[in-house]
Formats: sequence, structure tokens, C-alpha cells
Amino acid sequence: MMTQRKRIILTFPSLVIEKPITYHLVKDFDFKVNILRAKIVSGEEGRLLFEVEADEDDFERGLDFLRSEGVEVTPLSKEIRLNEKACTHCGACTAVCGSGALSLDKDTWYLSFDVDKCVACELCVDACPLGLLSVHF
Amino acid sequence: MAKRKRTYDEINERIRKGEAVVVTADEVTAIAKESGVEQVLEKVDVVTTATFGAMCSSGAFLNFGHSEPPIKMTKVWLNDVPAYTGLAAVDAYIGATELSEREGMNYGGAHVIEDLISGKRIRLRATAYGTDCYPRREIETYIDKDSINEAFLFNPRNAYQNYAAATNSTDRILHTYMGTLLPRFGNVTYSTSGQLSPLLNDPEYLTVGIGTRIFLGGAQGYVAWNGTQHNPSRQRGPNGVPIGAAGTIAVIGDLKQMSPRYLRAARFYGYGVTLYVGIGVPIPVLDEDIARFVSVSDADITTGICDYGIPSRQRPVVATVSYAQLRSGWVEIDGKKVRTAPLSSLAMAREIAEVLKSQIETGKFLLTEPVARLPLTATVRQLAAGGEE
Repeated sequence: MMTQRKRIILTFPSLVIEKPITYHLVKDFDFKVNILRAKIVSGEEGRLLFEVEADEDDFERGLDFLRSEGVEVTPLSKEIRLNEKACTHCGACTAVCGSGALSLDKDTWYLSFDVDKCVACELCVDACPLGLLSVHF
Repeated sequence: MAKRKRTYDEINERIRKGEAVVVTADEVTAIAKESGVEQVLEKVDVVTTATFGAMCSSGAFLNFGHSEPPIKMTKVWLNDVPAYTGLAAVDAYIGATELSEREGMNYGGAHVIEDLISGKRIRLRATAYGTDCYPRREIETYIDKDSINEAFLFNPRNAYQNYAAATNSTDRILHTYMGTLLPRFGNVTYSTSGQLSPLLNDPEYLTVGIGTRIFLGGAQGYVAWNGTQHNPSRQRGPNGVPIGAAGTIAVIGDLKQMSPRYLRAARFYGYGVTLYVGIGVPIPVLDEDIARFVSVSDADITTGICDYGIPSRQRPVVATVSYAQLRSGWVEIDGKKVRTAPLSSLAMAREIAEVLKSQIETGKFLLTEPVARLPLTATVRQLAAGGEE
């Protein structure tokens, strides 16, 4: 059985917010869920960005469940890119990178960017003094 | 004063012969740790120090040459960035932080300087009131570094000897010249190269003084004066190293020979434009005091962490930490672990220290004895708002 690891954005209509959706994903479909960003206000639309690890079948069944509950599912397609060639490795971007995607090597003090860890919060885009980080869709 | 082990002349003679022992400030710290300060004094001739950080108090004097008919410029713009021209007819000073009148914070004086040394053409626009000797009232043309006369960098305050780290106690993100500060002590930023930083290796200005030849933006430049806000009176630790911002240097050098690798325009979001300046300073190991000073390590250099959430010149210090702690990736504030991040590039500073080392080793860079020392007793005055005549 293939294990899937994906980042997806769930958009909850206001009526669904009160339901324990994530509980069902974990309990019924064996989703290993890591919530990266969430904005849920009672009475309004909610958005949740998470990374999920699940078997292929469970993954598809889980997504079907979400859709049947009226939750909109979109894969995370936003991507942050770094212009590595022009980087001076100052480290200003690492000050705002909570996910640890941008980090300085403790020996060389060169910047490294691990795209897999990036949650596309975009804080680094403004934090880079040289404007070398940009958002791509 | 400690007994002289070697003189400038002796060191320069060894440099000319290719015999000088040159190490970086990182390397000398390791040597001292392993073999002791005596061995540093015995074996090392020169230690190279360096920094590569945002230095707002930077800019360049330019002389454009005279047009036909000539103009006495009263206002001048370079790529729509105003330059100061309250000088002779075609002299101007372009300050690093001046913003473009069209593009605001996206382009400024620092970008003009970087574009100029990169060989790009710059649009020059100037106006004047016209005189009998300078009849022209306006001009619009293009210049580049080869078309103009002098272009020299003259930075009134660079290479701060230590600097406070920054954090933010408020509930909102702060956009500062110390970078993006996350709410509720979400991070700490700092901006010196620590044990590699020039004035942290010469805390009492024994060798770095007026006339000291330095690596500046990729060329050879000089220390012109003490920098503005030079504050040698800052409280010091038992090793003589100031705890927080202290001494500064004003530096000068030929812009035309500099490289955009070591002079980079930058923008701090919500704050404005600034210039990253690469500076390398050689320190001759003349005596035991100097040998001890250059052996300083990040663990022995401390600074305060200031709360930028308090909009005052007296920002409260929430913790005092060493650079070893700052470099570890986190520090403790009120018992809470807080992430740290540098703003000046240690990788670039190390590169500059290595470049300077090899220039000295190969005889391309000779040391100069300062013609005067930097002041040892100055203090910084404050500006009173609403002062009376």
C-alpha cells in the first residue's frame, strides 16, 4: 500500500465549522495530520492548511468524506522560491520562518531552503532585504 | 602599554617578502584556545577581521563633469532619487537611504550606488536657477562610472563596535531596520559578525585609527575619521569589550574600484532602503595586549536584547546574552526559549576576511600605521525636541 504525503487546504463553509471534521479524518481514515495554518472564526468561513500522511485508499476515502460534508479541498499549489544565486546568506529570512524551511548551516552559515518544510506563510517575502524570495502559483 | 613585539615596518617587510603569517579572526581565536595567547603573539603577524551588514550611514560623492553650457546644479536626481548638491556646481552626494520619488522604498540611493558600480547607465536630471557663470537651468542625460569624474564612497558611520539585539514585546509584527520582529517575543535578531568583527577585535582602538587602510566594498579604502555617534564610553566587560553599540568608523574609498558583490542595496520592509557594506580590517599583532584582544571569542562578547516594542530611544533591555548564545539559534527571555537570527552575513564576512588574508599574504595589501587614534572619551548626545533659541 502506498503512503501519500500531501499538503492540502480545507475551506469550511460556516455551517461545517461546528463539526469535528479533523477528528473523523484521524479516527475513521487514519490520517496523520499536521496542522500548519488555521483560521477558523465561528459563524464565518474557516480555512485550514495541513500536511497529511495516509495510505492511498484512506486518502481518497477521506477526501470523499470531506467533500460530502461540504468542505472544499484544494492542494497547496503556492510555492515560495529563493533566488539562491543573489543570496548573501544574511539570515534575515530565518528570523520569521517558523517552519524551519529557511535555515542557516551552523558550520558554513550559508542559507538553505527546504521546500518540503515550507508552509507558504509568505513572511519571508517581505523579510528578505534583497527581495530574493517570491511567491509562485 | 605592552612591550612591542613587532612594528608596522617589520610586518610590511615580511608582507613584501611573502613571509607574513596572516590568519583570520576566527582562526586566531582557535589558535589562542589551543595554544594560548603567547603563541598568537609569537607566531601571528596580522589578523584579518570583517563584517558584511546593513549600514545606513553610507553614501557617495560624485562629480559629474561640466556640460556645455555649464550648470550650477541646485537640485539633482539620479534615477529619480534625489542627491544632495549644496556644494560646487557639479558635485553631489548620494545617500544610501534616500528614496526614489517614483518608486518609494523599492529603489533608493543604495540601488543607485550598486547600479553605478555594476556599470549601469544612470539617468541624471538636474535643475538650477542660472547664473552669469553657469547659465544653464536644466539638464537631462545619462551617466555611468566611466563618464563621470570622481566617485568615492564616504560613509559617515560604519562597522559598529557591537550592537544591541532586537525583540518585540507587542502583539503585532514590527517592521524595523533590525528586520521583521514577531509579536510576543517571537524572535530575536542581531547584527554583528561577533568575534570576526573589526572593532570587537580592537576594543581600545590600538591599531584601527585615522588613516588605517582597509578592505572596503571590494577595493582598498581608508578609515577617514571616527564615525558619527562614536561612543567609546559604553560600559565594557572585564575583557575591555563594550556591551552594546560603542565605537564607529567613517570610511572612504574609490567607488569605481568596488564590486557589487561587497556593496549591496537592500530594503527593510516598512523601514526603507539601506546598503550592505563589506568591510575588512587588518589588525597587526604588535604586542601582547593586541594578541589578547584579537583572541576574543563569541562567548566573551555580550550585548543587550532591546525591546523595539517600546518606541523610545531608551528601549528597555530585556536580557543580556553572548554572541555564542545568539549564534546557537535561541536565547532565553523570561524563561521562554526565543529563536534568534542574524541580519549581517557571517558567510560574507568570512569570505572578506579570507580575501583580505590572501591579499596580504601575496603582498597586494600593505598595512598603514594610523596618523591619529580614534577618540577614547567621547559620549553620545541626544536631541531635545522643541528646544528653544
